[in-house]
Amino acid sequence: MTTAAPQATGPGAAKSPSGPPPSPPDAPGVPLRRSLVRALPVSPALVLLLLFLAGPIVYCVWIAFTDLQLTGQAESSFVGLENFRTAFQDEEFLNAVWLTLVFTVISSLIGQNTLGLALASLMRRASKPVRTLTGGIVITAWVLPEVVAGFLLYAFFRREGTLNAILDWLHLPSQNWLFTLPILAVSFANVWRGTAFSMLVYSAALNEIPQEVTEAAEVDGAGGWRRMWHITLPMIRRSIGTNLMLNTLQTLSVFGLIWVMTRGGPGDKSQTLPLFMYEQAFQNSMIGYGTAVALLLLLVGSLFSLIYLRLLRTEV
Amino acid sequence: MPVRPTAARPTALLIALVATATASTACGNGSGSDPDTVKVSFKQSTDNSIHVMDDYLAGVKKQFEKENPGKKVELVPIKAPDSEYYTKLQQMLRSPKTAPDLVYEDTFLINSDITSGYLKPLDPYLAKWPDWNQFMDTAKTAAKAEDGKTYGVPDGTDTRGLWFSKDIFQKAGLPAGWQPKTWDEVLTAARTIKRKVPDVIPLNVYTGKPVGEAATMQTFEMLLYGTDDAGSQDPLYDRASKKWVAGGEGFKDSLSFVETVYKEKLGPDIEDALDPNVMTRVRGEWLPKGKLGIALDGSWLPQDWLKGSGHEWPEWSKELGLAAMPTQHGQAPGKVSMSGGWTWSIPDKSANPDLAFDFIKTMQTKANAQKWYVANSGIAVRKDVATDPAYAQAQPGIKFFTDLVASTHYRPAYPAYPKVSTAIQEAMEGVTTGDQPVDQAARGYDDALKEATDNQVVEK
Repeated sequence: MTTAAPQATGPGAAKSPSGPPPSPPDAPGVPLRRSLVRALPVSPALVLLLLFLAGPIVYCVWIAFTDLQLTGQAESSFVGLENFRTAFQDEEFLNAVWLTLVFTVISSLIGQNTLGLALASLMRRASKPVRTLTGGIVITAWVLPEVVAGFLLYAFFRREGTLNAILDWLHLPSQNWLFTLPILAVSFANVWRGTAFSMLVYSAALNEIPQEVTEAAEVDGAGGWRRMWHITLPMIRRSIGTNLMLNTLQTLSVFGLIWVMTRGGPGDKSQTLPLFMYEQAFQNSMIGYGTAVALLLLLVGSLFSLIYLRLLRTEV
Repeated sequence: MPVRPTAARPTALLIALVATATASTACGNGSGSDPDTVKVSFKQSTDNSIHVMDDYLAGVKKQFEKENPGKKVELVPIKAPDSEYYTKLQQMLRSPKTAPDLVYEDTFLINSDITSGYLKPLDPYLAKWPDWNQFMDTAKTAAKAEDGKTYGVPDGTDTRGLWFSKDIFQKAGLPAGWQPKTWDEVLTAARTIKRKVPDVIPLNVYTGKPVGEAATMQTFEMLLYGTDDAGSQDPLYDRASKKWVAGGEGFKDSLSFVETVYKEKLGPDIEDALDPNVMTRVRGEWLPKGKLGIALDGSWLPQDWLKGSGHEWPEWSKELGLAAMPTQHGQAPGKVSMSGGWTWSIPDKSANPDLAFDFIKTMQTKANAQKWYVANSGIAVRKDVATDPAYAQAQPGIKFFTDLVASTHYRPAYPAYPKVSTAIQEAMEGVTTGDQPVDQAARGYDDALKEATDNQVVEK
């Protein structure tokens, strides 16, 4: 996770990521046989990896370029980029991409990340019982199975649910969140469920910051926000990058939570890409198309990751 | 952390990959099962307290093994909800290594599986099986494919009609022996309930994508197959040209009916109607607690009210009345029903098809079939069982729903059907929420239909 890397780069000391890699000391002069012999011990693992990891992945990529169906046609054939063309002309797909972006930005980038950092910062100053209690509650939400969490939040958001009971009690107007703002409801649900992870990452990162630095800044008269902005954030930059990336990739593939809460509905107002994929592949039996969409989802994930890497210039 | 490149060179990688690919697609020949064992796959309930099918099959297995010494039956239960069961089954059917000898197929998808070449035509067997003549004509078409061959033996069916609360009807001043003759009479009754019994839901018709196929079949097709579009042929699919039918007058009228129900607030609140759990509420809450006047729903409802079901309701037969769904203007035959259900089929890659059919024969003797219909709250498809007083009196409502089989329709469940069904649900949802007027929703359906069926669409 966030072990202090050996080549700690100080804040601002941007290392050019595109520098030539240091050549391994024995790369060129080694006879082929010796390196083959050296590779022997890892070969069983390599074969297993190829068999059970790379094989299915390659097969998946292949399927995305065919019109394979689970049922409904006798033969499948290679169709080239047809599935991808279909996707980009498919309003439902574009809607799913948009909702996936909304869901990811709200629940992962803004929600889990910020809330996780806030909780971690506040907990550093809190007394031990408070820390234990808060941490316990937040982590409980995280370890609950996805389906259980989904039902809990369904019960919380539905029209006769807890949230509206509270709003009624406060004499505020209530509404059926799952019907009027489904994508927000599932985003909040994901924040509720996933914040613990960010909190843990940031707690660990904040503990890495040497006391002296913070104290020196305090002596120099820097206020809380300035310390946060100029010292804390730059020092935990790498953790932010790692956390954002893990969070985003996790959020992009959330399925169960949304499935239980809204089934992607009403209409397709909360149908993110994983739900769209499921509908295409298993409800409409279009395995080829579903797989193509999965590849596009992978692309969305890599885009996010690239942006983070560029913005934060961290190494993972 | 830069990773040290391993010594395995690209060629080596490629060779390994090719080896993997060939290993994983290596073909087995025959299921490798023993010729005296028939492997039977069926859908086990995900509810551990329900083992109706397991018990029934265990009984038939015992009988079969006694009558055929030396033969064995191996039951292969698949514990999954419907949609996952289909997926699992389709994967099993793809390879002779994993294909069972007998499978339990939903009529919803059977035609897709036939087109995929997963199943064997049963005509040669049926020709030599006298009991086949006991099956009702409508039921014989349950698993009849476009090639005219039959691929499955139905083990019962289900029908649909109107359930109504006698108590609410009494309060609204409606007759206890209510039987509407037209759609308007259904709506009029709902309006009367709304006026006189304001705190209940007058009429529930499923709608929209969240409930899925239930919206298509329990509501839309129950309407559409009672319009002039139906007439002598299928209003969704033209068998002659093998094309899907674009939305006609009857299609729009059916959408209008749904629109009216939700526009006039004769149905549940829209947000409840579009909640994926609404079906559970109708069965478990609204009907038993007297909060719903009329429900257009399936013959299987009482299954949920039996002992040990979580919401027992033994008095249901006294508190609910039943009426057939009328045709639009009372056109002949005056009532309409849709049917689904499951069939027993033999996979194309089965190793023991003959033995498998022998097992079907044992399952579908009059006595065994009757036992199964009753145990499963299913509707008889055998004439001799349907007329047997012991069957008709086994449960309240059975006679009513069995009489509907004569005027029932099976869905045109060809490969594109699931997608067509989704398109119907979307059109329904548009008129339910009021986002789309009927004409626009129908146009949307036509577009979606062309997309779902690769332009295999015909205008009527």
